[in-house]
Amino acid sequence: MAALGTLDSANLNGGQKLAVKFFTVAIALFGAQVLFGMLAGIQYLNPDFLFGVLDFSVNRMLHINAMVVWLLFGFIGAVYWLLEDESGTPVAGLGLGNLMFWVFTLAVVVVVLVYLLVQVGPGELKSIWLINEGREYIEAPRWADIGIVVCVLIFFYNVAATFMKGRFTGIGGVLVLDLVALAGLYLAGMWYTPNISMDQHWWWWVIHLWVEATWEVLVGCLLAYGLVKTMGVRRRIVETWLYIEVALLFGSGILGLGHHYFWIGTPEYWLAIGGFFSALEPIPLVAMVVHAVFDAGHHKLKSSNNPALAWMIAQAFGNFFGAGVWGFMHTLPQINLYTHGTQWTASHGHLAFFGAYATIVIAFVYLAVQKWRGNVWMSGDMAGGWKWKWAIFLLHAGMIGMTMALLVTGYEQSQVERAIGGSSWIAYFEAQAHVWFVQGMNWRMVSGWMFATGFVLLAWDLMTIGKRETRPARSVEVPAAAMA
Amino acid sequence: MSETQTLWWASESFWKKMAVWITAGSAVVLIFLTFDTVNQITAGGKRVPPYSVINNRIDYVFDEKRNYQVPVIGPEEPLFGKVLNEAEAMALVSRGKLTTQAKNCMNCHTLLGNGAYYAPDLTKSWLDPMWGSKETREETMVAFLMDPTDKLHNTIGRRMPNLGITEEEARATVAFLKWMSAIDTNGFPGNFPTIDQSDPAPAPESVSAPTETPAL
Ligand code: HEC
Ligand code: HEM
Ligand code: HEM
Ligand SMILES: [Fe+2]
Repeated sequence: MAALGTLDSANLNGGQKLAVKFFTVAIALFGAQVLFGMLAGIQYLNPDFLFGVLDFSVNRMLHINAMVVWLLFGFIGAVYWLLEDESGTPVAGLGLGNLMFWVFTLAVVVVVLVYLLVQVGPGELKSIWLINEGREYIEAPRWADIGIVVCVLIFFYNVAATFMKGRFTGIGGVLVLDLVALAGLYLAGMWYTPNISMDQHWWWWVIHLWVEATWEVLVGCLLAYGLVKTMGVRRRIVETWLYIEVALLFGSGILGLGHHYFWIGTPEYWLAIGGFFSALEPIPLVAMVVHAVFDAGHHKLKSSNNPALAWMIAQAFGNFFGAGVWGFMHTLPQINLYTHGTQWTASHGHLAFFGAYATIVIAFVYLAVQKWRGNVWMSGDMAGGWKWKWAIFLLHAGMIGMTMALLVTGYEQSQVERAIGGSSWIAYFEAQAHVWFVQGMNWRMVSGWMFATGFVLLAWDLMTIGKRETRPARSVEVPAAAMA
Repeated sequence: MSETQTLWWASESFWKKMAVWITAGSAVVLIFLTFDTVNQITAGGKRVPPYSVINNRIDYVFDEKRNYQVPVIGPEEPLFGKVLNEAEAMALVSRGKLTTQAKNCMNCHTLLGNGAYYAPDLTKSWLDPMWGSKETREETMVAFLMDPTDKLHNTIGRRMPNLGITEEEARATVAFLKWMSAIDTNGFPGNFPTIDQSDPAPAPESVSAPTETPAL
């Protein structure tokens, strides 16, 4: 085995070797997301910037698609990361998993090139099969959809077969069932209809039931594992919490879907059902904060991996504020009538995706680099320890800055465009030209630069943290009960 | 924490059962509601008009009982002067919908309030007063969609790019927008000011008042 502090894949088990491949692509795509977000942001202030070359629609599509794919790669990586540990047996069908990684990555590259170079097609079905579907977040053309489904099936086979071969822990059981739902929901977004109401009705099944139900539960599993790993929290406590979270998340999130059925042609009963159940959605998020903070406090913040623990705590709060608080603020129909489809929504979307999902993937990448370097010390006084602290600070300061700036523009837009102007063409531009709006957009860019700097620092830190570190990781006492 | 006794409401097995039952219960309710919803939002259903609605005037009028604006289907006013049967209308609207997808309109605009926030919501675009008069609206829309770059309508210089939309695609897109404006959206967007679609009053004598048309 190589010396402590050098990257060596001999330090990893089979699933983990595959996991770090997914993580590498994930972080690269995170960089692409930031780049295209910046370009789109600049166009708000300078509409002639790249006009006719890389239009706003292209930049935005790349921005949000890079996000969806890097988070999915991060999740898949995280599951491969914990799989052998959790099941107590090597990954079943790992070769197939490896093949899947290369196919998936290649497909992503081709899709991105087509987005950049072809951009749009004629108004025919073949454009939807080959270029893009023009449906937010799941723009990937149909051929890629089918490819993704095949890849996810292979992934699912790896996970389910491994747990079946080894032991099925509580985390494993929840994970497998959740993945069935997650993959199945994707199918709801895979067909064409001329009817825009029907289209959006099923589109929300994918988007909402992913981010507010199945992804949340997946993250619950990852967090449960992470807390056991970094702090030695007892498994029975963690798994009981996990069941509580599943009950509350699905109990509120499944019918909470109705908060997207207020204005798209769907029946009036959704105003009541959607408003009521989505208003309950913050409850499990509070439970998750309590759980993480309680455990961290109980173990006196003594962890084997401080950056990972910091990002997990950030997840608990980010999820609570971004999804719970920011989501709640506009989820009742009386308010949503005015905030629907404004910068308000963008404010929430940014804080929620970053707070709930980017954070947990970053935490797992920190767990991965630690072990990749031979399970090195990552607790206090690391050499170059300022980097991860500055990265987490700048990323959060940037994200909170963007969120607040968009919130101000969102309020102004709700008032001027929606409430007063009735959302006409003229009213829209009155709101866009308003001084609050323009200032908000400027502050978003300032914060965006901060965020981008934080990203560069994060990438640098992930490549260097633990390098030439000679101390082994702090051992956390994992009580016998935790392993059972 | 004591290992020996766990209160029933804090026990793992209790919450495991709760997780299963609550999830299953919610899913069943959702599926039940979905059958009804899909039924109501099928084109020609209770909430979403048949495609042939593009043969008629569509308006968006305040309804006392529901306390917000609702779409109102008016007298026959065929799009581009041609009455279509349901199958023809569906083919036309579908072509427009495909155009909106292939040209990625939703990554600049919102439709039914969903999409991107860089350009105006298109839910009721068909009824927007900016199109001028109802007589010239159709052709103005087609011309705009085919070549929007030199037609700026705002003070901040934000233009729509040329997306290579053909005349046929533009006409189909206008059909799609007209059809979409007849969907019952529970009053979203609220207080939308609509284009004047009343029939011109019989001309008073010979002096014809100059009609005011915003420059397009
Ligand atoms: C790159 C961004 C972008 C894309 C893509 C785009 N638009 Fe636009 N669109 C705009 C902007 C900006 C305006 C406002 C132009 C102005 O005020 O002069 C606009 C205006 C419009 C309007 C008039 C606004 C209103 O309230 O009625 C319509 C209709 C329209 N676009 C339809 C479409 C359709 C249909 C597509 C897809 C085929 C599309 N747009 C794609 C940016 C875009
Ligand atoms: C981590 C979880 C969540 C994520 C990642 C998330 C993300 C998003 C995003 C990206 C959108 C915009 C979708 C679009 O482009 O049209 C959105 C919309 C919305 N979200 Fe969330 N969300 C989360 C949780 C919640 C919760 C818990 C609530 C309510 C309590 C909520 C309420 C809403 C509402 C009401 C909308 C519609 C906004 C509109 O009308 O324009 N979200 N969410
Ligand atoms: C440098 C940082 C970033 C900048 C400048 C930026 C900018 C933008 C812009 C301009 C849009 C289009 C909004 C619109 O339609 O008007 C957007 C959308 C979006 N961005 Fe970002 N972004 C950044 C980082 C992020 C990050 C880190 C995430 C999440 C992890 C994220 C998630 C999203 C989402 C979910 C949307 C769609 C929102 C919606 O439809 O409501 N962005 N971003
Ligand atoms: Fe939602």
